Amino acid sequence: MASYSTNEFRGGLKVLLDGDPCIILENEIVKPGKGQAFNRVRLRNLMSNRVWERTFKSGESLEAADVIEQDMEYLYTDGEFWHFMLTDGSFEQYAADAKAVGDTIKWLKEQDVYTVTLYNGAPLTITPPNFVELEVVETDPGMKGDTAQGGSKPATLSTGAVVSVPLFITIGEVLKVDTRSGEYMNRVKN
Amino acid sequence: MKNQPDWQPTASRSALKSRAEQSAFVRGFFAQRDVLEVETPMLGRCGVTEPNLDGIHAQLDAQGIKGGWLQTSPEYHMKRLLAAGSGSIYQISKVFRNGERGSRHNPEFSMLEWYRTGFDDETLMTEVADLVCGWLECPRPKAISYRQAMIDWAGIDPFVITQSDLHQRCREWLEPEQLQNLSRDGCLDLLMSFAVEPNLGTETPVFINQYPASQASLAKISNVDGFDVAHRFELYVDGIELCNGYWELTNVDEQRTRFEADNRLRKADGKPEMDIDEAFLAAMEHGLPGCAGVALGLDRLLMLKIDTRDISDVLAFSLERA
Repeated sequence: MASYSTNEFRGGLKVLLDGDPCIILENEIVKPGKGQAFNRVRLRNLMSNRVWERTFKSGESLEAADVIEQDMEYLYTDGEFWHFMLTDGSFEQYAADAKAVGDTIKWLKEQDVYTVTLYNGAPLTITPPNFVELEVVETDPGMKGDTAQGGSKPATLSTGAVVSVPLFITIGEVLKVDTRSGEYMNRVKN
Repeated sequence: MKNQPDWQPTASRSALKSRAEQSAFVRGFFAQRDVLEVETPMLGRCGVTEPNLDGIHAQLDAQGIKGGWLQTSPEYHMKRLLAAGSGSIYQISKVFRNGERGSRHNPEFSMLEWYRTGFDDETLMTEVADLVCGWLECPRPKAISYRQAMIDWAGIDPFVITQSDLHQRCREWLEPEQLQNLSRDGCLDLLMSFAVEPNLGTETPVFINQYPASQASLAKISNVDGFDVAHRFELYVDGIELCNGYWELTNVDEQRTRFEADNRLRKADGKPEMDIDEAFLAAMEHGLPGCAGVALGLDRLLMLKIDTRDISDVLAFSLERA
């Protein structure tokens, strides 16, 4: 695999640090006029999702990490693995374990498309689209006409996610939800 | 929609105007003091041996003259003018340093460099303060020695600390394997950049002076309190390094020795050795008058003037749009 020297560091570059794949967030050169240059680098560890701050001497290099992001359709789960398929027409399938699926599990709907990050060819993380549309399978009875007033109640969606919704929402309705905040956006008209 | 490149400037119109005002201020300042404005080549035959400066190699090909380097500073050419009897001179020029890019660095930047015959580092520091404080309307700087600044902010005495204690101190930023081939000055540079610099000039501007002799570059060296220190100073305003000045070395043999030492450091670091600028040394051989000189980053001065932390705000087009 190729390696990158500090001069090539830039946001978005994927590198190996302490054996883990990381994405560079920021790279700042620090250098006294005539002195040794250093690079102050912020990286996110793609395994732990933690942000690291590291210092490098200019000219040091890091190995490139074999990390790519691909769009894949979610197919099904066999209980141990969650199966995804490339949307590029190759029908190639990948099996993600529970660690890779993580919190995204509550947004997984069959036939929807997700971003799968592959590390050395295996799914590392699954990222849902920013917005998903899911059906309400369980919630307290709605109150007719109560559309203007505040107040909310929990609603369970078809994927198991529980979101806070306005009182007028009823079972069977399809909702648009922001996966980043877990917030209800609006009802989707069929 | 077509994916067009960013063509707009990175600096606002008002930043461009401030730059023009700054240039006028500088020219007025030196006109009043009878310092001559000069222009010297940006594209020179030689680069510099400085271990931590990388020039940009040019592909000149003109009637038998090939190669060449975009200059990292106009220093050698200006000193040749001094040796030829120019008297005190200043220059506003573009200079080039490869690899240096970030919120305070652009590989091409504007430098104000000036030399005053008959001055030493102390008298030149006064003039630097007149210029910078006159333009920024800031309080006059106080001076702190390199040693005191390191003791106060990095908690080490740079002149007596052992190599192993110095490495121990640097562990806050670097792993042991990264420290293995970092020189003593490299370690001190790390502490200067990360422990000391952020504290400098936050209330009033600060001159750091009396650098270790190993960081003298082109400055004279004297013994102070039993330690060899360089007649070199830097000015920091709001944590930003603004200029670097010397009471200039005039001894040609010492100069050649330092160039050769630079090249040994470059070689040890795996960097290409650089040709020594013999025309510059010939001028020194002829005789450089006693003088002090300083190089000041005009883009950074403008950043302080208009209160921004990003150099691209003061450049018409920073590198990614250049």
